[in-house]
Amino acid sequence: MIIIPCPFCGDRDHSEFSYGGDATVKYPALDASAEEWYNAVYLRKNPRGAHTEYWHHVGGCRSWLVVERDTLTHEISSAKYAHDGYGDSA
Amino acid sequence: MKRYSGWAVFREGLRGQTGWSRAWRDPEPKSEYDIVIVGGGGHGLATAYYLAKNHGLKNIAVVEKGWLGGGNVGRNTTIVRSNYALPHSTEFYEHSVKLWENLAHDLNYNVMFSQRGQLGLFHTPAARDAQAKRANTMVMNGIEAELLDTEGVKNLIPHLDYSENARFPILGAVLQRRAGTARHDAVAWGFARGADERGVDILQNCEVQGFLREEGRVTGVETSRGVIRAKKVGVAVAGSTGHVMAMAGIERLPIETHKLQAFVSEPLKPLLDYVVSYGAPGAHFYISQSDKGGMVFGGDLDFYNSYAQRGNLPIVQDVAESAMAIMPCLGRVKLLRHWAGVMDMSMDGTHIMSKTPIDNLYLNAGWCYGGFKATPASGYHFADLIANDRPDALTAPFSLDRFEKGYAIDEKGMGPTPKLH
Repeated sequence: MIIIPCPFCGDRDHSEFSYGGDATVKYPALDASAEEWYNAVYLRKNPRGAHTEYWHHVGGCRSWLVVERDTLTHEISSAKYAHDGYGDSA
Repeated sequence: MKRYSGWAVFREGLRGQTGWSRAWRDPEPKSEYDIVIVGGGGHGLATAYYLAKNHGLKNIAVVEKGWLGGGNVGRNTTIVRSNYALPHSTEFYEHSVKLWENLAHDLNYNVMFSQRGQLGLFHTPAARDAQAKRANTMVMNGIEAELLDTEGVKNLIPHLDYSENARFPILGAVLQRRAGTARHDAVAWGFARGADERGVDILQNCEVQGFLREEGRVTGVETSRGVIRAKKVGVAVAGSTGHVMAMAGIERLPIETHKLQAFVSEPLKPLLDYVVSYGAPGAHFYISQSDKGGMVFGGDLDFYNSYAQRGNLPIVQDVAESAMAIMPCLGRVKLLRHWAGVMDMSMDGTHIMSKTPIDNLYLNAGWCYGGFKATPASGYHFADLIANDRPDALTAPFSLDRFEKGYAIDEKGMGPTPKLH
């Protein structure tokens, strides 16, 4: 089991979370070129090692988190809210 | 190379098994080859075999970072089938089944291909419509398929859960009689022996650590056993595709690496003589019985990017639940082992067999969790692509640039989310 340190709920099993994929992908403006959209929708770096990714705490506080995890060892180095400023008052 | 035969087994029985020689050599790497295949798994070995057999090429090396059969070719659930719905995939996988049917003779190696038939169960009227459409598509493509109702399934396998309270009531199944299983290790070993016999150097414990490049083309590989120059390089490394292609300078691909678990139980007396699979909301499961008697089964991915060749517990629970939902008689069977392989999950659920933006570099990847059944056809067509430097008609739709051009081949209609294919 991977233990994800949710900033709101504390350490929780990853089975409480839903995986949201590569968090480094930035979607372009709606009127951006087809090539930019192709890059965002289809291409992934898919690293063997440190990976920045989204997890949704669906079985907990329902926050979207950005987690830094190693894809080879599953070691987590950080977990924070996906939205800037969110949770600062918590 | 001695041919294997019933006579040879008999003769060696009389001679105390002293006349067998090793199945393939363990050569030192040469400094240069015409073609280097990166990845000594099923697809890489099959590619080398068909390069030698179909195209008469001899000066070939397969470089493998570990040992033969240590990756996905030795980690899968051994199912072979061709029940696809989309045109290009249908033809490709049917060609693969046809190659499977003669593979043991072709390789002079018993790959134990057993066409025991595969049943894809359905549990709702909507799923029956979808499966009927699939069966019709198969028939129209010349692949036999039969649509069975509940009684039809019951006649073949009486001990599934047909009760009224079943979590997934069995309304019927699509049966492909020519589908089945094969001995996965034997496939790797058979292709290795066949390739070696035709002069291919199989280099184990030889990890690719970089690519040699000159003016936009690849001219060789740097390995843990030294630099090997090559006129052409083919990459068939499944889950490690992103890692290896990044070394060649292709940093981003329409592929994510996920892990898939497989399970085998303690050996049982004959219990299941078909491959059975089903997919329903919340459950995904496929099972067969090996010749040793173990129940071999699996389910979904672990659902997060991973290069770890080990599974995680939530999926063990999911798969066990899926097993119990359909075959409650398995409830007291002990699990012997479970493990994981790393899958090259593509953005449309279909493989990529293609030239790349770098000259003389060819890519064979994105097999998701269907790579084993494709092994012979993958090798056959990848060899053709490399030898002729152009895709044949069957291979052209699986190009790397199909996503950019809008020609994704999305069998399940899931969209560009690799974990869902």
